Amino acid sequence: MTNTNTSDRKPMIECRGVHKHYGDYHALRGIDLTIRAGEFFSLLGPSGCGKTTLLRTIAGFEDISDGVVMIDGQDMVHVPANRRPTNMVFQSYAIFPHLSVAQNVGFGLRRDPRPARDKAAAVEDALAMVGLAGYGNRAAHALSGGQRQRVALARALILKPKVLLLDEPLSALDRKMREQMQVELIKLQRQVGITFVLVTHDQEEALVMSDRIAVMFEGEIAQLDGPEALYSRPASRRVADFLGVMNFLPARVTQDRAEGVLVETPGFGVVEIPNRNVSRANPDDAGPMVGFRPEAVSLLRAGQPESGNITHGTIDEVVYYGDMTYYDVRMDGAAGFDGIAPPVRISMRNVFGRELPDVGTRVRVSWSPGGLILFR
Amino acid sequence: MKGRGLRIYSILYLLFIYAPILLLPVFAFNSGTVIAFPLKGFTTEWFAQMAGNATLRRAIANSLTIAVSASVLATCLGIFAARAVTRFRFPGKGAISGLIILPIVLPEIIVAMSLLVVLLSIGIRLSLLTVILGHTLICMPYATLILTTAFNALDRSLEEAAYDLGETRLSAFRLVILPLVMPGIVSSLLMSFTISLDEFIIAFFLAGNEVTLPTYIFSQLRFPAQIPMIMALGTVLVLFSILMLTLAEYYRRRGVARTGARESGGLL
Repeated sequence: MTNTNTSDRKPMIECRGVHKHYGDYHALRGIDLTIRAGEFFSLLGPSGCGKTTLLRTIAGFEDISDGVVMIDGQDMVHVPANRRPTNMVFQSYAIFPHLSVAQNVGFGLRRDPRPARDKAAAVEDALAMVGLAGYGNRAAHALSGGQRQRVALARALILKPKVLLLDEPLSALDRKMREQMQVELIKLQRQVGITFVLVTHDQEEALVMSDRIAVMFEGEIAQLDGPEALYSRPASRRVADFLGVMNFLPARVTQDRAEGVLVETPGFGVVEIPNRNVSRANPDDAGPMVGFRPEAVSLLRAGQPESGNITHGTIDEVVYYGDMTYYDVRMDGAAGFDGIAPPVRISMRNVFGRELPDVGTRVRVSWSPGGLILFR
Repeated sequence: MKGRGLRIYSILYLLFIYAPILLLPVFAFNSGTVIAFPLKGFTTEWFAQMAGNATLRRAIANSLTIAVSASVLATCLGIFAARAVTRFRFPGKGAISGLIILPIVLPEIIVAMSLLVVLLSIGIRLSLLTVILGHTLICMPYATLILTTAFNALDRSLEEAAYDLGETRLSAFRLVILPLVMPGIVSSLLMSFTISLDEFIIAFFLAGNEVTLPTYIFSQLRFPAQIPMIMALGTVLVLFSILMLTLAEYYRRRGVARTGARESGGLL
């Protein structure tokens, strides 16, 4: 999350009722979307949700079947990709293997009327910007994955596009490199001030990098929000499930009140859930559910003083991650309305050197109604 | 002694393939007029005879004209076909690409005969041009196969990237695709050239009064006195083939090294 407030900026990309059909396949089903100037925007969703198609319609590689795409106030319908004020970083980077690094970066300047010396300087500036100063004469095919990524960035940014489109740019990198590039991309975006639109299936990547995120399923935008709002107040069970881990328990609504909804749920008993934590978009039938994130409740160590609400349970599984641990806990009384009690996942930050509780240990679970979300 | 049988087998196998070819230069420099051992003495007379033979010179010129034209034509058409097959989806694609490859398995004599019948019935005079058309037809499948492999090895986003960076479709093709498929194009040209150069049946049927290298050699085999010269000619052709092969392979390897690419459409 980059924490820049971009809500007052002018719109850079506007999609109105965008549809895309491939034969019988309806890839985009009425996308309405405004991406603001200077924003780091992400399209997030599982594969096949239409996020890449949407990016490619913005780039101009795909014609749209219906609707309008505007960039900086201009209708793009009849503007081909090579004339749009957008540049793309491809998933495969698409580095031209027969050219040198400098020739790759300067590729888009071929039609630029400036003298060769100025262009060479621009190439060197662009390389310096991505941390590859002095790499100009290398053969492009001899670069590592991370370096190719940087060349692709420099090649796209040298044209000073209004929008930089990034199609899963980090998916080919190993984890360490990916995390490093995430931070560098954020810094780079802040430095150049260009609107970035990122396509990713990695929810963590979207949360880390974006000002705002559009979560897409089956050609539609399911929710568009900032990372924090998206994570803590998902609009539907599906969004909640896709973004991080969410525990779901069956619930029974007993009373609607002014400030919240009174529900009965196994394990927690009767709770009033504040209105801001009530999601009413729960089309997938299964009846009302109470959800909570693994970090919304906590396990108390033996002897640790109790505060707030306490429920009890037994540790079913311990999943150790080094800095933190997931505990799958069977909560007492969670064998609810249908007799099935799936364990819930609770995460705890590890304290260095302290022993972890074993499977089968009885534990106290501390929770508060503010950590629960009702999907009805 | 494991593997000994295999070793003998491979030696016999190589002998079977190359011994007859190795005999070519031996008899080409032999002063005897009969192709038989023992050898008589050393001479370069057959080469001189060859150089002074006007019909042979004409046959070589014709064959080169045909081979160059047919290989360029087949490679150009092959580029179109390979590009269409690898880049676009269209109805009947499978059937069409199958039909392009089909002439590989068609007996050449059938192709030659039916071409002859059609050309005669629509009143086209037999000439080098008709041979070129026939050879283009039989080279097309090979060219298409080689080039499809080369085009398939390309990442599609390379072209999109060039287009995205402001190039037109045409200049993107010229600046990015063409240099990257060049090894495939060279392979295709070489393959087609070689097929055309020693093709006999179609040339025999469609050349009319013209003579090509294979038809000339065939016609001369009836005259025992000409055979030493044919041996000299064969020696020159073998050397020429080796030279071409070496050049093509050198060029291809340089291309592969320069782009760091995996093997793409190289046949040799």
